[in-house]
Amino acid sequence: MHLYVLRRLLYTIPIIVGVTLVCFSFIHLAPGDPISAVLPENASAAVVAEIRKAYGFDKPLPVQYLIWLGNVVSGDFGTSIMTRRPVASEVAPAVANTALLAFSAISLSFILGIVLGLSAGFSDRRVTDRSVTAIAVTGISIPHYWLGMVLVVVFAVLLRALPATGMGPSGIDILHFGLEDLRHLVLPAITLSMIPTGIIARSVRAMVAEVRRQEFVQTLKGKGLRRGRIFLHIIKNAAPPILAIMGLQFAQLLGGSILVETVFAWPGTGFLLNSAITTRDLPLLQGTVIVLATFFVMTNLLVDIVQTFLDPRVRRA
Amino acid sequence: MNAVTDGAAIAPEPAARVAAPSRIRPRTGGFWRRMGRHVLRDKVALICAIVLLAIALAALFAPWIAPADPYKTSMLRRLRPPLSPGNFLGTDELGRDMLSRLLFGGRVSLAMGLTPVILATMLGGALGVMAGYFGRGINMAIMRVVDIFYAFPSVLLAVAMAGVLGAGIGNSLLSLTLVFIPPITRVAESVTTQVRNQEYVEAARATGAGPFRIIIQHVLANVTGPILTYASSLVSVAIIISSGLSFLGLGAAPPIADWGLMLNTLRQAIYVAPINAVLPGVMIFAASVSFNLLSDSMRTAMDVRA
Repeated sequence: MHLYVLRRLLYTIPIIVGVTLVCFSFIHLAPGDPISAVLPENASAAVVAEIRKAYGFDKPLPVQYLIWLGNVVSGDFGTSIMTRRPVASEVAPAVANTALLAFSAISLSFILGIVLGLSAGFSDRRVTDRSVTAIAVTGISIPHYWLGMVLVVVFAVLLRALPATGMGPSGIDILHFGLEDLRHLVLPAITLSMIPTGIIARSVRAMVAEVRRQEFVQTLKGKGLRRGRIFLHIIKNAAPPILAIMGLQFAQLLGGSILVETVFAWPGTGFLLNSAITTRDLPLLQGTVIVLATFFVMTNLLVDIVQTFLDPRVRRA
Repeated sequence: MNAVTDGAAIAPEPAARVAAPSRIRPRTGGFWRRMGRHVLRDKVALICAIVLLAIALAALFAPWIAPADPYKTSMLRRLRPPLSPGNFLGTDELGRDMLSRLLFGGRVSLAMGLTPVILATMLGGALGVMAGYFGRGINMAIMRVVDIFYAFPSVLLAVAMAGVLGAGIGNSLLSLTLVFIPPITRVAESVTTQVRNQEYVEAARATGAGPFRIIIQHVLANVTGPILTYASSLVSVAIIISSGLSFLGLGAAPPIADWGLMLNTLRQAIYVAPINAVLPGVMIFAASVSFNLLSDSMRTAMDVRA
């Protein structure tokens, strides 16, 4: 067990190194010279060389990478070209805002997905099973950015019940979280929860149906166990893979909220990424992607480790 | 749960289900015939296939069936509501005919959904089969690189790549292909690993067939079905993400008719003409839900417990 966890931890290191390599290559994949954004239009060759040297672009690529990696490890993600502020201080509040949105959305998905999935998995009525499958497929297939627009039309424009865009006045200050903040959170959270709700409902339904078919359930029934107890046995067997899927969905949401954040002007990482792209602010883009990918890797790691503790049968190399 | 299942977070359901070589027919021809037969019997899948065929034909023959020029603007006829005389589905923010633009939009949107999946299936399939068949060092080299791309949430990777490379249809195709190669490689690798030690592969090896010949004649015939079935589940994801890229302004550029881009430009008009603004999304949803249900049906066809 401990050996597995240790191995899993160590394996994360090359992955993170790979992530930094991909993010580093962004600067050089981008069309045009990386320093063109900071150059005046009529810069002379001498000025260009000067700036190239100041940014370290005159050094060979591996050296550039190592210097950059050293900075990133010590928390220095460079300076945003547009705002001239450190990238880290731009990304940190955005990550917090996205986390609030993602947490709300995933909680909603967990509840809805589990309730729907359980009712379909345990129901022997075709109608229940069919309707849950239909809801789940809709959740997965709907373009969620479009659903966001529709919700804005209905609840903000027609009914004037909820605000169309933005975040509540208290921001991520949970202690002062009030009604107004909740009202701002409702629409984006519902929109963002569609895909994970569909995926979780389907997985729960499939897992429960599969466990129910196993022989030990017949044995339990045969020895006259009460239905409630049998339910618990089934849940216990179906839970670990479902928990893993839920963990992964949460991780996906942290990085996948860009479209929803754009629709609702939610000041999170997706919004930041979008403005970094439109203004071609590569350091800001790099920093945001690195932070999100690291969160993603860490969540996956956590899911894997928790799963080995929950279900000792899971042992992967 | 195995590596395939937890990696494929963008696919709706565990992909491992398709990977059961004992139930796989020996020929690809058998795969297509079996799919055809299953879809004809499955009413939902049949309806989806018909809807997709209708959308595809409408897109293909758009120049002949569209009632108006999709690029002809008119300042006088802006944002007409649906069922206006002359414009069955109304007009957009520049007075262009919505119906014509939706028909033409199917061309770009369907192509942007299908092309990356097809490219990724070929590339990822080749990589995965190589990794699975040769094992050892080659497997390590391929699968560890794939692991790195798994460290990014799929939407984030697509948006970041498209953002770095710059807006445009070509670049968003490229970044979507890159997003889909890793999951397909993983599925291909896991199926091939299971096939590689089957007796008929051993037998072929004993007759002196080289690895290239074995892969082409024996391995491919048995892994194509599961790989294609898995890839089919990615098409609807591809349509949603590629339209999403256009929605963010990273895909098709104006004035091209594309569903995602239409959503983007009509968003400003959502307070004035909500129905017009919502229409392109209905098309995206129809296409993606049809692909999803069709792919579900393919999975059931592969999964029959005979």
